Amino acid sequence: MNWPLTKKHNGEAGGNGHIIEMVGITKVYDTGKIKVEALRGIDLVVDPGEFVAIVGPSGSGKSTLLNLVGCLDTPTDGSYHLGGEAVAGLDRDALADVRNRRVGFVFQNFNLLPQLTALENVEMPLLFGGVGRRERRRRALDQLARVGLADRVEHRPTELSGGQMQRVAIARALAMEPDIVLADEPTGNLDTGSGSDVMSLLTELWGQGRTLVVVTHDKGLARRAGRVVEIRDGLVVTDELAVA
Amino acid sequence: MTSFGSFLRQLARDLWSQKLRTFLTVFGIIWGTVAVALLLAVGEGVHQRQTRSFAGLGDRIVIAWPSRTSLPFEGLGKGRRVRVDESDIEFLERRVEGLAAISSEYNDNLRARYGGRTRLVDVSGVSPVFGVMRNMIPAEGGRFINPTDMAERRRVVFVGNELADDLFGDVDPVGEEVMLHGSPFLVVGVLKAKDQDSSYSGRDHSKMIIPSTTFMALTGQRWVDLFIYKAPTPDGNEALTKRVLAALGERKRFDPTDTQALGIWDTTEMFVWFDTFMLAFKLFLGFMGVLTLTVGGIGVSNIMNVVVEERTREIGIKMALGARGRTVLGQFLLETMVLTAIGGLIGLALTWAFCAAVAGSPVENAIGTPVLSPGIALLTASVLGLVGFLAGFFPARNAARLDPVVAMKL
Repeated sequence: MNWPLTKKHNGEAGGNGHIIEMVGITKVYDTGKIKVEALRGIDLVVDPGEFVAIVGPSGSGKSTLLNLVGCLDTPTDGSYHLGGEAVAGLDRDALADVRNRRVGFVFQNFNLLPQLTALENVEMPLLFGGVGRRERRRRALDQLARVGLADRVEHRPTELSGGQMQRVAIARALAMEPDIVLADEPTGNLDTGSGSDVMSLLTELWGQGRTLVVVTHDKGLARRAGRVVEIRDGLVVTDELAVA
Repeated sequence: MTSFGSFLRQLARDLWSQKLRTFLTVFGIIWGTVAVALLLAVGEGVHQRQTRSFAGLGDRIVIAWPSRTSLPFEGLGKGRRVRVDESDIEFLERRVEGLAAISSEYNDNLRARYGGRTRLVDVSGVSPVFGVMRNMIPAEGGRFINPTDMAERRRVVFVGNELADDLFGDVDPVGEEVMLHGSPFLVVGVLKAKDQDSSYSGRDHSKMIIPSTTFMALTGQRWVDLFIYKAPTPDGNEALTKRVLAALGERKRFDPTDTQALGIWDTTEMFVWFDTFMLAFKLFLGFMGVLTLTVGGIGVSNIMNVVVEERTREIGIKMALGARGRTVLGQFLLETMVLTAIGGLIGLALTWAFCAAVAGSPVENAIGTPVLSPGIALLTASVLGLVGFLAGFFPARNAARLDPVVAMKL
């Protein structure tokens, strides 16, 4: 399979223009004796340029849903098109390619590699995407500048504050110019000030036309999203556009 | 991975941050490499040295000494003495096919005197070709006996090196006159020192060699004590011996299948036997070395398993960012191979240093010079490569099979 290396963040969705199109998605964790139904039939459609907040209590299945959206995991049943491509039946390596080119992840605990500098961390997805050394460096520096860390590129994560680490993670998520940015509690490990910085940055990305799906407990962040999807017991209970 | 440089930098960082672990891992490989390479090198040294000493007796010759028949033949009883003289040797030379060289040998103990010193010496009367067949090479400035010496029955003598030291002391023997059995002889050459570990009439270094024609004239001996011959190639010796027995049996009237009429010592058998023995010996040494190296490899494999466990989260993150299974596999495999290669190179260097140290030390007399031949180095490298690959493969495969969601939560 061969995707173009760069593409516009809001274009090129599938035939019907949706970026995410999930129908009847279920996820069952089978641990031998006990079967846990984490998702029990999710339908979810996200269009280019949307900012979707997924909310719900702990154990509702929202993180599972985010993992499925990001192709980190595969559904037990249902169909899933990401950017027009059917991804439900892909093998591990094909999924890795899809994640690399279509998805940018931002995690609660940042998930930066501690032994690498900020620049090397941001370069990593480009490395896996087969981007050459010079181009890799140029694009990584560019993304770091956009998140306001041009003066921190040679710092290691331990030399950065929590807010700075999350901004490095966001730069990393954007490095491959993905179709969609997925964030799992991006402000969960941050103090109020840094959290609000990160929120502003995400909102700014939305303003630039990027598509975001964010799992959050943070009401402030959910309020900024254009659409709030509430999950409870593995089902979508409400899905509404926020009142502007 | 497109960036080998950044891989190496990361590897160096990882190895440096776990100095003790790295050291122990590499040490296991070094130990194993030294075991394989050194055992094989010593084996090769022993082999070469022993082959050289065997050749001191002669270069794959057959030694035959006329004896007594043990079978009745054409109405003649057993126990008859077989006597061979110079005309029989000439007969064999004419009649037997595939005879590359043949020389009679007459032996006696004769009194030799030089200056005030007198010694009782093993003296052999032989043909000029004897020198080449028995690896009797003259030291610089001398020569072996030659056809003219033979034809003219010259009184010339070729002296063993230790006997020369004993009899002539500091004087250069070549050109000196020595009294042998009451007649003056001119020394034409001295034996160049050689390894010799077997003999049939005294060690060459303590003998005197004179032309067989001179010997017969000097002592009146007619019958040869023995004769030596060889085929053009060593593997022809066995068939050649059969033809020699057949021809001589017909002339001397004994049964060619009579194993006693002529005593036969085919030195080729010794080489063949020894080569086989050394092959088995080297296989054994190599096997022991490979076992040791395998133990080292198991150590590396364990370490790599620990490394994979420690880096589970890192692997999960990389996979989430789009690293394929084989990228992860390749990284760990390469890392193991690099570790193994470092250990292997150090091990080979140590082995080489050891070989160099043994050469010229007293140990050399006991075991010969260990030889780290390209073949041995290549073999060791191949075994190392295999061990490294296997040691790295299974931990790396475990890493590649991790589920990114689970791995990232650790």
